[in-house]
Amino acid sequence: MPANRTFDEAAIKAIIADMRSLDGPLMPILHAINDRLGYVDQRALPLIAQELNLSRAEVHGVFTFYHDFRKAPAGRHVIKVCVAEACQSMGSDRLVDHLRAAFGIGLGETTPDGRITVEPIYCLGNCALSPSAMMDGKLYGRVEGTRADRLVRSANLAAAGDGR
Amino acid sequence: MSLRLYVPGDASALAMGASDVVLAIKAELARRGIEATIIRNGSRGLFWLEPLVEVETPEGRVGYGPVEPEDVPGLFEAGFLHGGAHAHRVGLVEEIPYLKKQQRLTFARCGIIDPLSLADYEAHGGLAGLRRALTLSGEAIVKEVTDSGLRGRGGAAFPTGIKWETVRKAEAAQKYIVCNADEGDSGTFADRMLMEGDPFVLIEGMAIAGLAVGATKGFVYIRSEYPHAFRQMNRAIDEARAAGLLGADILGSGRTFDMETRLGAGAYICGEETSLLESLEGRRGTIRFKPPLPALKGLFGQPTVINNLISLASVPIILDKGSAFYRDYGMGRSRGTLPFQLGGNIKHGGLIELAFGPTLREVIEEYGGGTHSGRPVRAIQVGGPLGAYWPASLMDVALDYEEFIKHDGMIGHGGIVVFDDTVDMAKQAQFAFEFCAHESCGKCTPCRIGSTRGAETVAKVRRGQDVEANLVLLRDLALTMRDGSLCALGGLTPMPVVSAIDHFPEDFDGGGPINDRPPNIPEPHRLPGSPGLAAE
Ligand SMILES: Cc1cc2nc3c(=O)[nH]c(=O)nc-3n(C[C@H](O)[C@H](O)[C@H](O)COP(=O)(O)O)c2cc1C
Ligand code: SF4
Ligand code: FES
Ligand code: FES
Repeated sequence: MPANRTFDEAAIKAIIADMRSLDGPLMPILHAINDRLGYVDQRALPLIAQELNLSRAEVHGVFTFYHDFRKAPAGRHVIKVCVAEACQSMGSDRLVDHLRAAFGIGLGETTPDGRITVEPIYCLGNCALSPSAMMDGKLYGRVEGTRADRLVRSANLAAAGDGR
Repeated sequence: MSLRLYVPGDASALAMGASDVVLAIKAELARRGIEATIIRNGSRGLFWLEPLVEVETPEGRVGYGPVEPEDVPGLFEAGFLHGGAHAHRVGLVEEIPYLKKQQRLTFARCGIIDPLSLADYEAHGGLAGLRRALTLSGEAIVKEVTDSGLRGRGGAAFPTGIKWETVRKAEAAQKYIVCNADEGDSGTFADRMLMEGDPFVLIEGMAIAGLAVGATKGFVYIRSEYPHAFRQMNRAIDEARAAGLLGADILGSGRTFDMETRLGAGAYICGEETSLLESLEGRRGTIRFKPPLPALKGLFGQPTVINNLISLASVPIILDKGSAFYRDYGMGRSRGTLPFQLGGNIKHGGLIELAFGPTLREVIEEYGGGTHSGRPVRAIQVGGPLGAYWPASLMDVALDYEEFIKHDGMIGHGGIVVFDDTVDMAKQAQFAFEFCAHESCGKCTPCRIGSTRGAETVAKVRRGQDVEANLVLLRDLALTMRDGSLCALGGLTPMPVVSAIDHFPEDFDGGGPINDRPPNIPEPHRLPGSPGLAAE
C-alpha cells in the first residue's frame, strides 16, 4: 500500500454511519468503499471494526474472503472476461488472446500506464450469447471477430477520454 | 391508439446493443415527428434474436430481430411501426414456435409487460396469488405449495412445502425469507431474466412465503455479476413499497412484509445456503455445519426459509391457480415446469420453460438448432460447473430429476451447456478442479487441497506423464473428495471430472489435445463398470 495515497477518513466514516443500521452492515459497507475508492483502503478496516464493534481480524477476514474487494486500485478501465464453461465452449480463450494482442496483458494484469485491467470472471448470466465480457459495468455478448474488435475500440476510446 | 414499441432492457439484450437501438429509434421518431411510447420490457428469452424490437399491431405484437442501430432507418422505411415487411421481421412473436411450444408458468409475463409497472403486472394476472393467500391460514398456504409438488429449483430439488412447514412450526419472534439469487452456475440465467423482466413476481412470491410461515422480513441475495438485475430489483421493491404491496399493511390487509436486497461479492460458494447466510450476516462465506437446519436456526439465528429465486417466483401461480394446476405438469416426481437455460455453443440459445420430461435432444436440436459453430455436438454439461459432462449419445435422457440421477447426472438449476467437437475434455476436467480450488471456502481438506492436487494431476495426464497411474490417482481423489467434503462444492467437483474420464477416455490417454491430432477421432464411448457419482 503506497503511503502517499491520500485517505479521506471523514468520507469513510460517513459511509459507515450511513449503513451501520442495516441488518448485516459489513458487506454493504465494504462494497460502498470499494465502489467509491475503487479499492478498500487498509486504513478503513480498523475504522469499520471500531464502528461495528468487531475485531480487526474479523473485518480483515471478511475483506480478504471475497474476490470483489480490491486491495489496491485496478486500472482505470476494467475488462472482465467470462472464462466459465459456456463461454469456454464459444472460445473465451480466443477472446483472452485477442485482448492480449490488443493491450499486451493477460488475465489479472494491468497495462503499465494503468489504463486497462483484464480480469477473469465466472459467468455473467449471458451464456446464450457467449463469449461474454463486461467493461466498466457494461455487458458485451458474442464478443468474437468484429465484435471483439469493437470491445477493444470502446476500451481505447474510454481510456482516451480519461482526465478530460 | 398511440404507438407502442418494446425494446428489452434485459442485460443480454443490452449486451447486444439494445440501448443504442433505443437511441436510434428515438432519433428517427423525432426526425419524422412521430410520437411513440418505448417500453423497456424483459427478454422473451429468444436470445439469438436480441435486440428483439416489438411493435403493437391490431393482430398482436410483431417482432424484428436482431436489430442493430444501423437497421433502424430502414425499419422505418419499411413501415415497421405498423408491422411492415423487412428482412428482420420475425412475425407475431407469440407465434414463433420456440415460444409458442413452451409452457410458460413462472415466466408467463417475462418479456411481455413493463417490468416496473404494477398496473401491467396486475393486468397480466399478477397479485392474484397473494390476494388468495391473504384469505388463507399459513397452514393452508403451505399445503398448497406442498401439494403442488414444487421442489427447490436451486439444485438440490428438496420439496419446498416441507421446508416451509418446518419454518412455520418453529416458534420465534422473528423469522426470515431469504431469496437465493446468487445464480453462480455457468450456463444459467433464469434468475437474472426474471429479476430484470418480472421482478414483482419474486416480491409476490416472497410475500406469500412470509404469510405462510409468519415471517415479516425478506432478503434477496444477488450476485455482484448482475448489476442490472440488482438495480431493477431495487427499483421494483421501491415501487412495491410505494404502492403498499410491501410494508406494514400489505394490500390493506393489516399484515406486514418488507424486503431488501443485498449484493454478493464474487464468491461462488455463497450460493450454498449456509454460506449465503454467513455472508448476509457480514461474515466470511464459509459453510456452516448442519444441523441445525437454516429452517430452524438460519439468518441471525432465526427460523429462515431460504429458497432459490425460481422456487419463490413459482409460488404466485400455484396460489392463484391451485396446486393441482401446477402438479398436472411434469413427470414422475418432477412436477410443474422448469425454465431450462440453453447456452454455450448453440445456435438458438435461450430460456425454454417446459414441463419436466422432454429429452435433451428435443431441447438441443429442436429448440437449439444444433451448435453455433455448425459442428457436431460432442459434450453437454447440465447443472452447472458441478454437473456431469455427457456425450451426445446420452441426449435421449429425459429432463427429469430422477432420470438424470439414474445416469449419474444432475439437472441442478436447469442450465444446459453445449460443446462442439473441438472441446478438449481433459482441459474441461482440469478446469473443474481449478474452479473448485478458486472457490473453495477452505473449511475441509479434500476440497481445499484435493482440488489443487486434482488440477495438477490432470495436467500431468494431459502432458502424458504416468498416465495410467495418474488416472488411478484421480479416481481415488475423486472418491475422497466425494465422501470427505462438507458441502457439494468439494463433494460434486468429481462429477464433471469423472464423467469426462468415463465418457471421453480418448482425451485422457496422454496424447495431447484430441484436435491437434490427425483426423479420425474415435467415437466417444463409455468404460464399463466405472464408479458412478450420483448426486447425494
Ligand atoms: C457450491 C454450491 C453452490 C450453490 N449455488 C446456488 C445458487 O447459486 N443458487 C441457488 O439457488 N442455490 C444454490 N445452491 C443450493 C443451495 O445450497 C440451496 O440448496 C438452495 O438455495 C435452496 O433453495 P431451493 O430449495 O429453492 O432450491 C448451491 C449449493 C452449493 C453446494
Ligand atoms: S467442500 Fe469445499 S466449499 Fe464445501 S465446506 Fe468444504 S472446503 Fe468449503
Ligand atoms: S458462462 Fe460466460 S456468461 Fe455464463
Ligand atoms: S407513421 Fe411511419 S410507419 Fe406508420
